[in-house]
Amino acid sequence: MRIACPLCGERDRREFYYKGAALVRPAEGADLETWHEHVNLRENPAGPLDELWYHELGCGSWLKVTRNTATHEILDVELASEAGLGGEK
Amino acid sequence: MRFSGWRVLKEGLTGNKGWKPHWRDPEPKSEYDVVIIGGGGHGLATAYYLAKEHGITNVAVLERGYLGGGNVGRNTTIVRANYYLPGNSEFYSHSLKLWERMEQDLNYNAMMSQRGIINLFHNDGQRDAAVRRGNAIINQGDDAELLSRERVRELAPFLNYDNNRFPIMGGLMQRRAGTARHDAVAWGYARGADMRGVDLIQNCEVTGIDVEGGKVIGVQTARGPIRAKKVALAAAGRSGQVAAMAGLTLPIESHVLQAFVSEGLKPIVDHVITFAEGHLYISQSDKGGMVFGSYLDFYSSYAARGNLPMVEHTMESFVAMVPALSKARLLRSWGGIMDMTPDGSPIIDHSPVDGLYLNCGWCYGGFKATPGSGHVYAHLIATDRPHGAATKLKLDRFRSGVGLMDEEGTGAQHNLH
Repeated sequence: MRIACPLCGERDRREFYYKGAALVRPAEGADLETWHEHVNLRENPAGPLDELWYHELGCGSWLKVTRNTATHEILDVELASEAGLGGEK
Repeated sequence: MRFSGWRVLKEGLTGNKGWKPHWRDPEPKSEYDVVIIGGGGHGLATAYYLAKEHGITNVAVLERGYLGGGNVGRNTTIVRANYYLPGNSEFYSHSLKLWERMEQDLNYNAMMSQRGIINLFHNDGQRDAAVRRGNAIINQGDDAELLSRERVRELAPFLNYDNNRFPIMGGLMQRRAGTARHDAVAWGYARGADMRGVDLIQNCEVTGIDVEGGKVIGVQTARGPIRAKKVALAAAGRSGQVAAMAGLTLPIESHVLQAFVSEGLKPIVDHVITFAEGHLYISQSDKGGMVFGSYLDFYSSYAARGNLPMVEHTMESFVAMVPALSKARLLRSWGGIMDMTPDGSPIIDHSPVDGLYLNCGWCYGGFKATPGSGHVYAHLIATDRPHGAATKLKLDRFRSGVGLMDEEGTGAQHNLH
């Protein structure tokens, strides 16, 4: 599995740390149920999934990677900072 | 058809013409008391104990592919009860006791081999943790022994005792642990359930779960609708997708865990041995192959195959632990789909839907749990109360934070187990 970092180009999976599904963070005062969903519950699809990967041994960017979990095919990569994940749900 | 030494002898002398199929291949009926989704080890064991312990025989096990074609046929066959935390401790203890009498109970040769497991430790911290865990295991009523470096050397002289970075200081041993023939476990439970009247229905994918007014009423399948009073999930890595059919989202990420087997070699490894440097675990199968594995690949996956970095890591650990086998050739590798929970421990519980039961989140502990899981799950389905050995395997622990079972102490969140 190789991931095309927007800043560094295509790199080996070994350079990246996997965080998990790319989720929009709940607002600070969100209720317990919303936080429970965010922290614990997962759609866990067998197919395309938006994920956060960290280019640990490269440029240090957090990436939003769209990857097919059934085939490991990388469908899209963009910088997490430009992916609109920073807002609050 | 009962198996016995006499029967094997007789069939051997008469051309083996008397053997019959081990189970029927029935058409699905239109209604059952209990429908179990998933014909793997856990689903089949659940059906068996529902019939045997609770007299509930109007049961169907629905399997998308063939019986035992999932994780029960894709693991490293290790059986043990050396857990630390309450919840896991009594559950796996219960399971190991069922393993010990499984073959007599099922009249089926599961090749249960209590060859013992040795968890090596390499520094003072790991030794302290091993002592603490060993005491917890003994308090639970199971066996644990602390082995000195010299004793480990007597039992396993082929290990690398000159590794400066990861010196072997000793090990924690559980003699009652071991391995079992994984396919035979599935087949034995399948045969036992079938003999008691359970319908095992293969090539029957569940495509929908019918819920009316918050209560389950049946399932839609590739072979038509089936009504059911109770529906029980036992879908391992696919649990999230099956639960979604009933509108549920589970605290589960599916990950790939790889396993490896070498060419057949002469007997050398007598036990199950784990190397605490890289999470490596090895045993030698009765055919002579080294069966081993290590970590998850650490990304969500349904591919049932992994990537090369983890292959490389596993081989490096293997060679560091047993340099004598560095020339052994790898025969094959495979991947299983693990249903990982945030705390790395399983769920056997009611679901929010009335009449729908959950058995999932086995992480990498599914195989050794097989008899225990089936036994306590059948109890829950039959009586609507948790079995005494499974009172802490609750779904709600993730919402409340109470009773989390983070065995590794790394934190109860996704991607840490």
